[in-house]
Amino acid sequence: MVATDAKPDGVAVMKPESSALELRGLTKRFDRLAVDSLDLTIHAGEFYALVGPNGAGKTTTLRMVAGLLRPDDGAVSIFGIDALADPVAAKQVMAWVSDEPMIYDKLTPLEYLEFVAGLWGIAPSASKPVAEELLSSLGLAPHRHERCEGFSKGMRQKVALAGALVHDPRLIILDEPLTGLDAVSARHVKGLLGDRVRAGCTVIMTTHILEVAERMADRIGVIAAGRLVAEGTLTELRQQNGHADTSLEDLFIALVTLQDAA
Amino acid sequence: MSPATALSWFARHELRLAWREWFAMMTGGRRRRARAAVIGLLFFAALLHVPAWAVIGRFADLQLPLDKSSLIVISATILLAWTLMLSQAIESVTRVFYARADLDLIMSSPARLANLFSVRIAAIALSVTAMALLFSTPFIDVLVIGGGLRWLGAFGVVVAMGLSAAAVAIAVTILLFRLIGPARTRFVAQILAAIIGAGFVIALQVAAIISYGTLSRFTILTSGTLAAHAPDVDSIWWWPARATMGDSEALLLLLALGLVLLGCVMAIFSGRFADTAIDAAAYGTSNRKRAKERPFRGGSRRQALRRKEIILLWRDPWLISQTLMQLLYLVPPALLLWRSFGDSSVALTLITPVIVMAAGQLAGGLAWLTISGEDAPDLVATAPLTPSSVTRAKIEVVLIAIAVIFSPLVAALVFASPFQASITAAVLIVGAASATAIQLWFRVQARRSQFRRRQTSSRLATFAEAFSSIGWAATAALLLTLPTAGIVSGLITAGLLAMTWKFSPRRE
Ligand SMILES: Nc1ncnc2c1ncn2[C@@H]1O[C@H](COP(=O)(O)OP(=O)(O)OP(=O)(O)O)[C@@H](O)[C@H]1O
Ligand SMILES: [Mg+2]
Repeated sequence: MVATDAKPDGVAVMKPESSALELRGLTKRFDRLAVDSLDLTIHAGEFYALVGPNGAGKTTTLRMVAGLLRPDDGAVSIFGIDALADPVAAKQVMAWVSDEPMIYDKLTPLEYLEFVAGLWGIAPSASKPVAEELLSSLGLAPHRHERCEGFSKGMRQKVALAGALVHDPRLIILDEPLTGLDAVSARHVKGLLGDRVRAGCTVIMTTHILEVAERMADRIGVIAAGRLVAEGTLTELRQQNGHADTSLEDLFIALVTLQDAA
Repeated sequence: MSPATALSWFARHELRLAWREWFAMMTGGRRRRARAAVIGLLFFAALLHVPAWAVIGRFADLQLPLDKSSLIVISATILLAWTLMLSQAIESVTRVFYARADLDLIMSSPARLANLFSVRIAAIALSVTAMALLFSTPFIDVLVIGGGLRWLGAFGVVVAMGLSAAAVAIAVTILLFRLIGPARTRFVAQILAAIIGAGFVIALQVAAIISYGTLSRFTILTSGTLAAHAPDVDSIWWWPARATMGDSEALLLLLALGLVLLGCVMAIFSGRFADTAIDAAAYGTSNRKRAKERPFRGGSRRQALRRKEIILLWRDPWLISQTLMQLLYLVPPALLLWRSFGDSSVALTLITPVIVMAAGQLAGGLAWLTISGEDAPDLVATAPLTPSSVTRAKIEVVLIAIAVIFSPLVAALVFASPFQASITAAVLIVGAASATAIQLWFRVQARRSQFRRRQTSSRLATFAEAFSSIGWAATAALLLTLPTAGIVSGLITAGLLAMTWKFSPRRE
């Protein structure tokens, strides 16, 4: 147990009024229905974890929020901005980290961050120190002038993550950011995200590591077959299911099998 | 499994892989198209007989013994074909080394690596030979039909050439590995393959221009001077030429030589293949380039995007080897330009289509790299820019690169003929823009490293790109000589482009 990581269950993080993200009736169909008229509200300043079995529609949902996929139906609102009507304004305030780290082999981490900051229109004098600081807090400082072509998967993941943080977004969306990271790096990443949340930033992430969701998230959403099957703080989830002190894992399995049976 | 069955099993595996790769290349990865692909291929092969007839039909009734100048021409043709095979073989050898996924599996298996790699070497030789046979068949057919069965010996010569080219390619690549290391070998081999492929033709042209001022590659070969320096008619150097014409003794010797060469390479290098492959797999972790410390640069978002594209193009080995090759093709006409400087020679006109063609090809490649070969599509798509401004920035980069490379050439042309220079510049811009537009219409998100396979993603785009650059090159040439015909050719090319647009998946 790590004290800094632990978050007491159900602590009300000063119940904010405004919502950071609102999904209304979000629907996406590929061959089958991947996301089925999903409603979701995430408050500003909240750490929200989205969990669910493989193929549940987590990535699809987040890709629609990030503007990478057009929903078939529904509305996405980010800090009150209609993301479908004004995608550029919505993108300005958010960052997306995909589960597959995508960076440029021929750029160095620092050049990558320079490019990202340029894309978001951050003044170079402001972005350079931030970039240096991010790289050193992720343990990439010794490699900051090396091209990414020889980097391991975890190192790439960290570069991509630094890219998401360098333009100081208000909403950070991460798809399984911890896969491939070693224990120390995972701790660093969790620490960084925790710091951001404390500074008022909103974080949504999917994860298969339920322990992370349990410890870090203010609220957890369980998604199965494209629908939200349960949502709330860990205590609320426990109460809803009538188990006083089960782990999230047991809850998850109970919820998902219930969904399968239905 | 006994060693022998293990080997034959591996050989079958290799053949199946080679067949699938080839098949995928032909059908664009779609199985359903198999029949259409076979029919198309047969049709194409039949069609190839026509130019083959035009080029060598008249040589069909050549008889042995030959005089020296005919021997020179035939031998030079064989040498040219051999160098092309060599360049293709170098390509496939490097591909085998750097195809990492498969090597991991093979090298972690308990089979004897030397044996497995012998099979792999044989498979390379076989695929190079098969490809050569495929392309030479129409030509040899024409000779057999026109001149009798004795020309069948040419098939044997092609086989011997394929075997020896593969053997030399393997030896060269492994030696390069040992000498300059895996990271640079990949790059050098790419350039080597390109230059060997083009160099021989170009060298002949340069020689011809310097001595006579015309652009026929036979001029130098049939000249008396060369014949005087060439070896005697009985010399062993002419055996390939004699084997082609049906001298069975020479043919057997050549085939034996090819086999012995390949056998030696297998014996010497199959053990070393494994080490080399391991080094290649480790490539990337060593030999890192370090950038210098500097402040971040400011500017607009589009500027950031343009800067990134330019850095990536600059660091792209493909671009360097391709540009080099295109420039190499420009050498003969440039030489011609220099020789006929002052007097308004017709030959001068020749440089225009070559420049236009080169620009079109290069623009197509560049446009693929910038538009389709985006390695972080999610990042660019989630950046606060409209998709159209992203595309615009990328197109700007392509056009800037083309301008930087070609404006010195056009500027040089201004001194020779301002009129020609202006036509060249105008058609060049249209041609480069067309190639870029085709890549834009047919864009498919891909990794940059898949550049080599970009043709497989869309047959139509590949053909359209080739037709457009040929069409614009022809237009430029005709505008200079027969303006009316030039306008017609331009209209046809534009019409083809419009049709391509109509069939493209992304009409905007
Ligand atoms: N591009 C696509 N084309 C077709 N179907 C897709 C596509 N992307 C996702 N799907 C389908 O949509 C469903 C949801 O997929 P999604 O990737 O959102 O799941 P996920 O919850 O992220 O799963 P995982 O935990 O494995 O990452 C799956 O059934 C998947 O097959
Ligand atoms: Mg997913």
